[in-house]
Amino acid sequence: MEHKGINLTLKVWRQQNTNTAGEFVTYQVKDISQEMSFLEMFDVLNEQLIQEDKEPIAFDHDCREGICGMCSMYIDGKPHGPWQANTTCQLHMRAFNDGDTITVEPWRAQAFPVLKDLVVDRTSFDRIIQAGGYVSVNTGNAVDGNSLPINKNDADASFAAAMCIGCGACVAACKNSSAMLFLSAKVSHLALLPQGEPERQSRVMNMVAQMDKEGFGACTNTGACEATCPKEISLSNIARLNQEYLLASLTSN
Amino acid sequence: MLNAKIPAGPLDDKWTDYKGHCKLVNPANKRKLEVIVVGTGLAGASAAATLGELGYKVKAFCFQDSPRRAHSIAAQGGINAAKNYQNDGDSVFRLFYDTIKGGDYRAREANVHRLSEVSGNIIDQCVAQGVPFAREYGGLLSNRSFGGTQVQRTFYAAGQTGQQLLIGAYQGLERQVSLGNVKMYSRHEMLEIVMVDGKAQGIIARDLITGKLERHFGNAVLLCTGGYGNVFYLSTNAMGSNVTAAWKAHKKGAAFANPCFTQIHPTCIPVSGDHQSKLTLMSESLRNDGRIWVPAKLGETRKATDIPEEERDYYLERRYPAFGNLVPRDVASRAAKERCDAGYGVGTSKQAVYLDYAAAIERYGKIEVSKKGLENVSKEEIIALGKEVVKEKYGNLFDMYQKITGENPYEVPMRIYPAVHYTMGGLWVDYELQTTLAGVYALGEANFSDHGANRLGASALMQGLADGYFVIPYTIGNYLADEIYNKPISTDHPAFVEAEKEVSDRISTLKNINGKQSVESFHKRLGKIMWDKCGMARNAQGLTEAIAEIQALKKEFWSNVKVPGGINEMNPELDKANRVADFIELGELMCKDALERQESCGGHFREEYQTPEGEALRDDANFMYVAAWEYAGESNWKLNKEPLVYDVIKPSQRNYK
Repeated sequence: MEHKGINLTLKVWRQQNTNTAGEFVTYQVKDISQEMSFLEMFDVLNEQLIQEDKEPIAFDHDCREGICGMCSMYIDGKPHGPWQANTTCQLHMRAFNDGDTITVEPWRAQAFPVLKDLVVDRTSFDRIIQAGGYVSVNTGNAVDGNSLPINKNDADASFAAAMCIGCGACVAACKNSSAMLFLSAKVSHLALLPQGEPERQSRVMNMVAQMDKEGFGACTNTGACEATCPKEISLSNIARLNQEYLLASLTSN
Repeated sequence: MLNAKIPAGPLDDKWTDYKGHCKLVNPANKRKLEVIVVGTGLAGASAAATLGELGYKVKAFCFQDSPRRAHSIAAQGGINAAKNYQNDGDSVFRLFYDTIKGGDYRAREANVHRLSEVSGNIIDQCVAQGVPFAREYGGLLSNRSFGGTQVQRTFYAAGQTGQQLLIGAYQGLERQVSLGNVKMYSRHEMLEIVMVDGKAQGIIARDLITGKLERHFGNAVLLCTGGYGNVFYLSTNAMGSNVTAAWKAHKKGAAFANPCFTQIHPTCIPVSGDHQSKLTLMSESLRNDGRIWVPAKLGETRKATDIPEEERDYYLERRYPAFGNLVPRDVASRAAKERCDAGYGVGTSKQAVYLDYAAAIERYGKIEVSKKGLENVSKEEIIALGKEVVKEKYGNLFDMYQKITGENPYEVPMRIYPAVHYTMGGLWVDYELQTTLAGVYALGEANFSDHGANRLGASALMQGLADGYFVIPYTIGNYLADEIYNKPISTDHPAFVEAEKEVSDRISTLKNINGKQSVESFHKRLGKIMWDKCGMARNAQGLTEAIAEIQALKKEFWSNVKVPGGINEMNPELDKANRVADFIELGELMCKDALERQESCGGHFREEYQTPEGEALRDDANFMYVAAWEYAGESNWKLNKEPLVYDVIKPSQRNYK
């Protein structure tokens, strides 16, 4: 273990609220241990700002172990920063060198308005789920869990799609701000299981309609979403979504 | 004052009997009754969704930007259920027995038995929702074993069981939102309970985006707000996890039970420096194959890999030959602390022990060699084969370790140290999950009821979902059935006005102190006091000192804290100040409770009360009770005791030698 302290220049997006214009503000931080996480480096910067009687930078974070999906920083032009398959909270300062300048912005998308500094409003994702991202089963309706055997490969594929943490990095990475990877992960999770079968067609139609209504862009198969996804959700889910959507459109009344 | 309302009759029949006789609310009346749910983790989301399905008007609140982010999401291992799918002798009784014993005989029999009874329904419900549990090739559900049990009853979804269960409950909740049965308030924090004529009638919540205070009416309030491990500053909890909602209820009259019962998890990544903001858990499953050791010599400076076998102290294997590295969480944690305190710790901080996979890698490598029938294999080749096996079993954990520490655990032993993980204590509730405040309920980790002095692995998820899906939908009806005669109270009622004023006064006070120290610095200092004196081992002198130190810290906080930013805007520092102020008060009560409980049990280890071999020594004659603390003004509490009666199980001493 090396305790190496590095000095950095940070260009951070500051914005008072949704209705005001924002701007980049430059800060210096000194002697940052490379064992820190990126968010701990922000903690240090915020403590420094408080001591200087300035307002600390607002940013979203909670579990700090890469699973809640709350953290959301656009670091040097990449959602969640330079490491592959990683969230901002799990990015560590070993990724940077002494003297680096790091640019930090919020997610940028029409459907994710900035609330303050690096915090955006992602409730559009919740509304997409409300449109059909569930199985309509009330508590108490269930039969015995083992009464419905499910092919292991389907169960595993469903799980791989269900690992999505809803962070929104896919939207932030997309030049069109499309939410297709997020939506396709949910559609795949449920379409691959027999439990999702009865509502299969209405689900995909309603969720896509809601996505469009929220102002997310269209998908042009660039694949930036897959490349940036912290949980490595596969682009093949989008293919499955398109297939499900086509089938539903052709057979719906 | 404490009436647990445990139904009469044999243990097996209590819950069935209760359900058969509790009051019901007819569908037309349900539409007129409003229920407030605070917190949207497993307990809150499942309760809000289920009550919405039943037809109640539900309002759900969470401080995160979406209900899906509650900290239940981070649970790794699994969820227990007495399904006996493995035909290995499991039953409702065995799950009940293991939970009571694991809790070191400090939990209530009737509640734990009910938990065990509904455990199977939880799995069925989750499967029906489309939770992708791990499956066998035959298509049926897979199980694994966990600490403290002899059967395989843990259902799981890789290392992300909490995530998958929460997403299931969240989707059920969002479905009710779309149907108009639940109204969701995300980025909202409950800051007060509104009481009218001795009953809860609503809450005051703060919109964390605009800073505005809001009044919400409700016929009942469900607190599903999780545990309070962040009182230690460093814990495996999420950064936002807090005690505030529960504490507000406590100060309004809800008793707080067994606050000192804290679970310290033995396998976490150690602290690397003063900047550390949280601790990361490494799944307990690593102890299945890893060997834990420290250098045998004081002042050892060699690298781990350069220390020869005979100069290593495998202290768990030495002290507990029968269970070895697989002793329960509390025992493993204390043993690590004992070695580090004695000066044998490793790493730069000396507050860590080694978790070594070298032996497992070699063992698995040799098995591969024999499986494949290879001959004349070099040691390097054996190791390479073994690494492949270990990678398949624990690859994601090893990757996480490497990401955080920058060290490769396939080459050098991991460094681990215990960390605060779960709090068994919480708001006192009766059999119906109602607190001592009429109309206020506590579900999941927020209540004290099911885990006694120590929780078994994979039981937290079970309890959260049991409370939300299967217990509260019945018990709340028994209360709300009488509420139909009362008209909803206007939010202009003086009680709402007064409660809102209390909140806004406190916020202005905090904001206007204009001191010199940041909120964070107070939280760190509180955490240090708690960890040093009310952590893994406690004694009367330390606890007495801690109480005085916390009282001084409280005084300093309220005269020297610095809260930047405005009141009527998004202000995370102000949110944090509100929470830390409550943590400071809770810390004092935890120390008081730990001081009063003059015995060792489960996660509560009083150094004065141990066997000659250094094991926890319970005192059933004097302390077989729930300590329910009633708030009686600043730094003052009254202790009420609920005796624990064991009708079915006979308490015995736990032994792992």
